[in-house]
Parts: sequence; structure tokens; C-alpha cells
Amino acid sequence: MISLTNRSKIVSNKVMTPWEKVYIFAILGGMWITLKHLFKRKATISFPEKTRAIANVWRGQHILKRDEQGRENCTACGLCAVACPAEAITMDAAERKKGEEHLYKEEKYAATFEINMLRCIFCGLCEEACPKEAIFLTDKLVTTDYNREGFIYGKDKLVEKMDNRIDISQRQKKSGI
Amino acid sequence: MDWYFILEKVALIIIIFAISLGIAAYSTYAERKIAAFMQDRLGPNRAGIFGILQPLADGLKMFMKEEIIPRTSDKFLFLAGPGIFMITALMTSAIIPWGGTLEIMGRHITLQATEIGVGILYIMGVVSLGVYGIMIGGWASNNKYSLLGAIRASSQMISYELAMGLAILAIVLMTNSLSLREIADYQTGGHMWNVLKQPLTFLIFIICAFAECNRTPFDLPECETELVGGYHTEYSSMKLGFYLFAEYVNMFISSAIISLLFFGGYHLPFESFFTNTLGLRGNWLTIVQTFNFFGKIVFFIFFFMWIRWTIPRFRFDQLMRLGWNILIPLSIVNLIAMAILKQVGIS
Repeated sequence: MISLTNRSKIVSNKVMTPWEKVYIFAILGGMWITLKHLFKRKATISFPEKTRAIANVWRGQHILKRDEQGRENCTACGLCAVACPAEAITMDAAERKKGEEHLYKEEKYAATFEINMLRCIFCGLCEEACPKEAIFLTDKLVTTDYNREGFIYGKDKLVEKMDNRIDISQRQKKSGI
Repeated sequence: MDWYFILEKVALIIIIFAISLGIAAYSTYAERKIAAFMQDRLGPNRAGIFGILQPLADGLKMFMKEEIIPRTSDKFLFLAGPGIFMITALMTSAIIPWGGTLEIMGRHITLQATEIGVGILYIMGVVSLGVYGIMIGGWASNNKYSLLGAIRASSQMISYELAMGLAILAIVLMTNSLSLREIADYQTGGHMWNVLKQPLTFLIFIICAFAECNRTPFDLPECETELVGGYHTEYSSMKLGFYLFAEYVNMFISSAIISLLFFGGYHLPFESFFTNTLGLRGNWLTIVQTFNFFGKIVFFIFFFMWIRWTIPRFRFDQLMRLGWNILIPLSIVNLIAMAILKQVGIS
């Protein structure tokens, strides 16, 4: 067989020499290694005081964006649900009534919009599929819960709050729509 | 009746008792800290600064736990087991010389609870009693794992005691004394530390000490991976605490004995330099000696932990082969060699 990687090792079942059988020297070698680790920098991050730095492209919990006037961008086209490989997204479309122009940007909107966070794999394909810049993944972590129902996030949890806007400029498509 | 004599002995015993328990408590903290550091972690650091109050928290937890006595166990022996183990662990500290003599208000106080001429024999005797605590606890639990752990403990301790005794004989041969204080005194003033004279004896002794303390690599009596918890599987609350605690007391005492037999005990290295050149004498010399002794003890406690977090556990047949086929013949050869050397007059 031709080795392509040069990483394979030949394993042998060789018998130990009397020198090796004494073990003492192997033990001293091991003690030297543990002593070096005693003074090494520790890998632990003391969590509540310090948090691990996360990357710009980190994908956490989703939000449904509103525009500058506070109108929901989502038009319930369903492209995110189609793109979702985990079948985590579902929605119900409705028509915008007269007098609701300040709530929804276009004539069609999502009456319900649910993401099952237990199914979601945080791949970001919904974000990529969205033609209206409505759904984005943020750096927020999905919190734990006691029952499965709690992980189905509806519009109450997903739609961006106007008093607590989330900056997604890092994740916006560079070329525009 | 010399009432002051009784008073000073009682005070000394209480102090030794408190120190043994205090060091044992902080050994648990040190063990966790050293284990963590050797594995690139931080270890306990929430209770107090650097987690310094962790032993208190652990002790409190042990007291708060529910006490469970198995219905099928032998109640009296089940309760007696941890007590016996703890008593035998603490009894050895009675004859350890912690330093020279202090002079307080015209009285000479020897820093030793009692000086008996056959100190080494006493230690060997009490250490072999220690196996009863484990045996009784394991047997009375009426549990397979406990019984297996107890059987392993007893066979291991009995087989390693032989080699240990033979190693100690080589030291006794060299120093002409069974008294711990005289052995410590022998290693000063012209004589080197015994470890430099008899490195092989030291090696045999320290291996046996590890086995007697049930420490890794000889922690078969309580190996979690095979026997759940070994002989203390059925124990809970402070009875479990006693078993775990007594083990650390044992470790403290063996560290003291190792430094007494092989590293000059409380005597300072190059003591004549300190006494003659620096003019250190009287109470100050005794205090420095005692701190020196505790420094040595702390180093050996660290050594026990260092070994524990370096090497894995032996298999039981390997343990028995090491004890009977290697250590005992080796220690006999060592003893004969030492006898010949002494007769020829080399040492």
C-alpha cells in the first residue's frame, strides 16, 4: 500500500528490555512532564467573570428585523422555511389591513412565525435565503428551558424590540439586494 | 506527682492532634489544587480567596449528608470501622519527635508526646492495625464491592509490610537504634542523610509507604473504576469523611516517618554551620528545626500527590508480583549487603 499522507505509524508489539522494565526512569520522565504542567498557563476561563470572545460570524439566536420606522421586514414568503435543512421554521401569512401600515412594511406579513430551537442547527441558511433582510442570526445564546414547548420561539421572542435594537450590520449582505 | 509534666504533655498532644487534623484537612485542598494544576485547570477557587475555605465547605457538606446504615449490615462493626481506622491513623503521631527541647520557665519540654526506645516497632505495629479498620468496614457493609476492596486492602498491606520491615531493618542496622529520635540524631554531625547512604532502601521504603497508605499507584482497595468506592462504598456522611480523612492523616504520618528515617528529620542540613557560625541555639534552634521538619513533611505530602497525578494504577497481579517477587528479594539482598558493608566497616 502506498501511503499518501505519511502519517501512518508501524505498530509493533515489542518486548520491553530489562532497563525499561524497571519503570523507575519512565516514572521520573512522567513526573517531569507533570511538573512542567504545574507551572503552565491554565486553559480554564473563569466563566461568570470572564467570557470567551466570540467571532464576528458567530451564529446564535435569530431575530426578525424591523426597519427604521419600526415596521416588520418579513413578508412571509417562506423562503427561509424552504431553505432550512432542519425543518425548524414554520409561519402563517396574513394580509395587511388598512391602518396597519406602521406595523408591517409590505402588504403581506407573517401572522405567526415559529422557530423550533431544538431542531435548529444554527447553519444560517435562513439568513442567506431571506430576500427582505428580515431574519438574522445574532450573538445571543438560546437559553435553557424545562420543557420542549419552551424552545419553540414565536414572534414574541423573535421580533426585534424597538427599545432594544440589535446591530446586524456585520452580517448584512455586502452587495445589497 | 509532677502535675506540670502532665499538663505539658496534654498540651503537646492536643497541639499535635490539631496539627495532624489541620494538615489532613488542607491536604484535601492541596490535592484538588495540585490535581487541577497538573491537568491545566484552576481547581477550587470559589470558597474564599483561592478557594482557601474549601476544606471547611467540604467538612460541612459531609456533616449535613444523610447517614445511611444498610439494613443487612453488621451495625456495631459498621460503626466501629471508620473509628478504628481513624484512631490507628492518629496513634502513630504519639512517638514522632517534632523537634529538640524547648525551655520555658526553667522547664525543658521535649517536643515529642512520648519517647519509647522501640519507636520503629511501635509504628510497624500500629500501621498493621490500620488494616483492621478497612477490613471491618468492608466486611460489615455486606456488599460485594466493599468486601473485594477490603480483601484487596488486607492482602496488599500484609504483603508490602514485609518489604517495609526489611527496609527498616537495614536502617536500624546502620544506626544501631530503634528509637526515631536517635535515628534522626544519627543523620547529623559528620553523617550524611540516610537517603544518600542507602538509596535502594529508600526506594523500597517509599514504594511500600505508598502501598500502605493506599495511594496511587496502589489505590486498588478503593479504585472507582472497578469497585465503585471499594471498602467505603456503603458509607455516607461523616463516616465516609472519617475514612477519607484518616487516609490523609496516614499520608501526613508517613511523610513524617520518611523524613525522619531518610532525610534527617527535624535536624537542619549542615546543622553545625547554623549552630557554630550563626550561633543559633536554645529555643530558636528548636523552633527553626520544627519548621524545617514540617517543610520536609509538606514536601513529601506534595510528592505523594505528584506521584498520584502522574502514574496510573497497577493491576492486582502486577501489584502482588511487585510485592512478593521483586521487593521482598530485593530488600533481603539489600539487608545482607548492608550487613556486610557494616562488618567491613565501609559505612
